[in-house]
Amino acid sequence: MQKGHFSKEFLEKIAAAEPQWMREKRLEAYALYESLPMPHTTEDDVWRRTVDMRTQDYWRRTRRYLRGLDVEKYAPSLPTNGGPSDIDVDASDEAASGVLVQVDGQLQHISKSEELKKKGIYFADFHTALREQPELLRDYFMNKAVTLETALKSGNIAQHNKFDALHGAFWRGGYLLHVPKGVSVEVPLRVFIKMSEADQADLSHTLIIAEEGSQVAVLEDNASTTSDASGLHSGAVEIFAGQNANVTYVQVQRWNRTVWNFGSHRAMIARDAQLCWVSAAFGGRLNKMNQASILEGAGSHAQMLGLAFTDARQHLDVSTAQEHISPHTTSDLMYRTVLKDRSQTAWGGNIYVYPSANHTDAYQKNDNLLLSERAHADTLPGLEIQAHEVRCTHGATAGKIDADQVFYLMSRGLPYTQAERLIVEGFFEPVIERVPLESVREELSTSITRKLG
Amino acid sequence: MSNELTIKDLHISVQGKPIINGLSLTVQPGEVHALMGPNGSGKSSLANGLMGHPLYEVDSGEVIFDGVDVLDLEPNERAKLGLFLAFQYPTAIPGVSLANFLRLAVSAVRGKETNGSEKDKLIPMREFRRELREKMQQLGVDDSFARRYLNDGFSGGEKKRAEILQLAMLEPKIAILDETDSGLDIDAVRIVGDSVSRLVGPELGVLIITHYPRLLEYIRPQFIHILLDGRIVESGGWELAEMLEAEGYDPIREKHGIKEEE
Repeated sequence: MQKGHFSKEFLEKIAAAEPQWMREKRLEAYALYESLPMPHTTEDDVWRRTVDMRTQDYWRRTRRYLRGLDVEKYAPSLPTNGGPSDIDVDASDEAASGVLVQVDGQLQHISKSEELKKKGIYFADFHTALREQPELLRDYFMNKAVTLETALKSGNIAQHNKFDALHGAFWRGGYLLHVPKGVSVEVPLRVFIKMSEADQADLSHTLIIAEEGSQVAVLEDNASTTSDASGLHSGAVEIFAGQNANVTYVQVQRWNRTVWNFGSHRAMIARDAQLCWVSAAFGGRLNKMNQASILEGAGSHAQMLGLAFTDARQHLDVSTAQEHISPHTTSDLMYRTVLKDRSQTAWGGNIYVYPSANHTDAYQKNDNLLLSERAHADTLPGLEIQAHEVRCTHGATAGKIDADQVFYLMSRGLPYTQAERLIVEGFFEPVIERVPLESVREELSTSITRKLG
Repeated sequence: MSNELTIKDLHISVQGKPIINGLSLTVQPGEVHALMGPNGSGKSSLANGLMGHPLYEVDSGEVIFDGVDVLDLEPNERAKLGLFLAFQYPTAIPGVSLANFLRLAVSAVRGKETNGSEKDKLIPMREFRRELREKMQQLGVDDSFARRYLNDGFSGGEKKRAEILQLAMLEPKIAILDETDSGLDIDAVRIVGDSVSRLVGPELGVLIITHYPRLLEYIRPQFIHILLDGRIVESGGWELAEMLEAEGYDPIREKHGIKEEE
């Protein structure tokens, strides 16, 4: 496969077949990308806006990890002509109303159920969408949710992000899902974003637009097909839940342990809309993610469930934001992490309540379970409240596996490894039991079991 | 001989402090022993040490069960041989249902390897459910009990019943009951006492550890031992329990020249 590189020439090459506005958008992002330092080349924590003394140590750790990154080593493949080829599709037997499979930025397979077609749901890879739905993309793509200069208020998310700029300049692949007004999709859609060849860069873009009163669920898998092919993922996820819409979005990340993983995920939630958002992270060498729910409309609700399991020398750094703009909005975040070996995680969360958002009810909780003496978890909950009548609760814990729990289970005949496994499964259970889809619950349990080894 | 538990000159310390100072005791299948002693006499240390809690260090002595010295074994291996400890303070395991846990535990002690996650190593679900329901009925616990997270948010009485339910399911050869009557009201003590009495038979030896003879009204032991200062100072029959009930530990302390723990 012919490879590109992160240069202006390459940008022009991929933009050649695209509308002029997209080319300009790419160039604007490229200019920002060029102007921002690589995060590890500066003493400052460029991932966040406000200086927080508590974060000094963990920034130092993340920076140390980043030293091994050479972005120039990676690049997306060149655009190919022609439609999807026929290879693989282990997804064809899934109970899904739509299936999309992408490997190394190339669309491999897409299928849609009769239901999707009949109900006028648009589901396509991003390049096709750019041809067929240019107006929609022009309106939404990196304009409202993930933007080059963030509209977020939370101090734990930087104003400008080098990797968002990289994504904006060189995005390739991904998909658009558009659900028209009042349409309900009963069966979830499934998306498989894969990396296979070494030194690939995956810059997939996810855009989900659920119009007023619609209902949809998407399960997205990000996975490597090999255990050792090094790669770079710089992704963006944009979710729009229209008035009264009900959206479920699940992303399960299983890159192999050599992949550099960056991403910005945003959801805009309109009046009385509901979002159930599940983020599960198992893979990656270094993960630097930020995820935000913006409760724009009165009465909107976001549930953010996070589950992460790291091992070896994996490093996972996640910033979350729950931003309440309108009154009577509710958000509920629960992140649980289990760490093995010498892995390290950092979670920094923020609830931001605008002055206009009275009667906000927000909850934020992060718990970490350390299975090894050498694992390290930082947890930094945060609140910024501008309104007067709010209810915000937050909490964080980090602790080693409990020796009394282990002894209790072993005294009943379970060997150590099985006792540990049961305690880990029990630790994740409060997150898993809240996941609304049985198939996802099973998939998560399987990934946890695999990680336990 | 094989199912007898023989403790020989056992010494146990916790963080360098000697707690059990040369204790010897033999429990045969079919026998019920009561080990009585005031708070601080070392009762729970003995129970935890026998089961292999890592905090309780065995300094010397032997514990022979089923022909092997169990002190060399991990707690799960002791359980597999047929030792069972009903805890004074059972630990909560949030997120793990009693039924799921018990199925793994029963499969483990009944000799099937459950190291892997393969389902065929577990006892069949239907068989397990039938057995569990039957034993829960005998104990007078509700069906919903099985779905609750293990000891998580259980009342004192529920915790003790869960311990006895596990005892009934795991069918050990020797059961050690550590203060199983503590924190229970009189009705709960009766239910727990009756349940254990039903389990006592020629296959099961029981060591009841308690500082209060209430539970013994329901499970009549043939042997009473008095533990003071980490040693058994008196052994006898029911008359010892009656004497304790009437006079307390002071006359025995005096007789053996042991000062009351501060």
